[in-house]
Amino acid sequence: MFRNIGEIVLLFWRVLRALPHAWRQRQKVFDQFFEIGNASLLMVCVLSFFIGAVFALQTGPALAQHSLSSAVGGVVGFAIARELAPIMMAILIAGRIGSAMAAEIGSMRVYQEIDALRTMNINPIDYLVLPRVLAMVVALPMLVIFAILVGWFGGAVVANYNQQLEIPFAAFFADMKDFVVLKDVGNGVFKSFCFAIIIGVVSCHQGLTTIGGPRGIGRSVTKAVVNSIVLIVIFDYLITLLLSIFLK
Amino acid sequence: MNAANNSASGVGLVVRGLRKSFEDQEVLKGVDFAVQPGEIFVIMGPSGSGKSVLLKHLIALETPNAGEILINSEPVSAPETAAKYRMALVFQSGALLNSLTVGENVGLYLTEHRLKTPEEIQQIVVDKLAAVGLKDVVDKMPADLSGGMKKRVAIARALVIEPQLILYDEPTSELDPLSSVVVGEEILRLNQRTGVTSVVVTHDRDLAFGVADRMAVMGDGKILIIGTPDEVNNCKDPEVQSFLHADFKRESKNKKL
Repeated sequence: MFRNIGEIVLLFWRVLRALPHAWRQRQKVFDQFFEIGNASLLMVCVLSFFIGAVFALQTGPALAQHSLSSAVGGVVGFAIARELAPIMMAILIAGRIGSAMAAEIGSMRVYQEIDALRTMNINPIDYLVLPRVLAMVVALPMLVIFAILVGWFGGAVVANYNQQLEIPFAAFFADMKDFVVLKDVGNGVFKSFCFAIIIGVVSCHQGLTTIGGPRGIGRSVTKAVVNSIVLIVIFDYLITLLLSIFLK
Repeated sequence: MNAANNSASGVGLVVRGLRKSFEDQEVLKGVDFAVQPGEIFVIMGPSGSGKSVLLKHLIALETPNAGEILINSEPVSAPETAAKYRMALVFQSGALLNSLTVGENVGLYLTEHRLKTPEEIQQIVVDKLAAVGLKDVVDKMPADLSGGMKKRVAIARALVIEPQLILYDEPTSELDPLSSVVVGEEILRLNQRTGVTSVVVTHDRDLAFGVADRMAVMGDGKILIIGTPDEVNNCKDPEVQSFLHADFKRESKNKKL
């Protein structure tokens, strides 16, 4: 386990060192960015709408019982912006895109395509890892902003049409405006930026260390998703702790 | 690297005391040989004798536990050597990038190192594919090609580098006899045209005796014999003889039945 962590940190360091070559790889970054967006946008939309909806459905009646229905917009807005959207989208992208990255790079490793790159003096970090990590750190925060907006809308729909609540759209968003500030959205976007680095680096690392044919590729995909999710949850706590200390 | 601007000319290769272990299994047990500039050197041996591992060491894809590999007296593992000498490996599987078209695969080296304009690269790709007898496959994906065509595309990709040392890993495996002859002729033609030093790892006896200037037979991680094809063929070593003259005999099957 410690060896794995060391290798992941080393790969992250190599990606940072490769950053000056990012402009040369811009076409690949764009291709990956398109791939992430194209593959995820609909799922992000559906998932975030229902996260907002179910959160409003769970919290709304409970708050209403204590005559706090005016706080529903704020609670839903705050929770989605700071926590639910970044972590749920990160888990979704780890499963959908991280697994694909690990499988693609793993298959390239098993079928000697990465060795072929090396024999041509093409650095696999520049050619394969850097574009994927960069596309991820651009795409995930954008998807999270989109997810926050859709999630808020999902919460507003439930608050409006649920018979126990019946909070009009305008009142829901006015209430949200009192609670949620731009810093809360920034907080969620910053988290998603960190999660994107985790997903990109962990998935590429698993791909690059794949051994043992198709079975090995399957193992790498599973490990990429599981390790990404575990690290996302751990880092979610650490980032929240740090932000609560430094951004009171 | 200004590879594409220079014409290829062979380099000398020296391997001394090469040893390699994977966990507790010793795959190479002290390998020594030298290849002269412009020579076609064939390494033969049964499966599992360490040929492919040796080949990976020659192009610095593996690091030895002991010993050294020198190209024109410079260690192959040094970054300066990789930058100074152009080396190419034709993989057993071809190792074409499946996400790229055939044309993009062949031109990858030039594209990534920005050695030519896109128009020049396009022309070089067409020329190199024509040199290996492939036309009209530029826009195809590797998955659409047969095994023999993939190997020839891999050779075309190696040609683009204009290598001074070219290594072939089982170039005729999985090929029909006709395709094997085409690949063998391609190895000879390339060597004669450019003077490139070639190291061919194979267990195809026809190919080996057809192209080799000199050859070595490996067994159990060691070189059993080095010499001209005639010298190797006349070698009395029983292990070499059993490998060179192993043949399926119909009578032995009939006897069992």
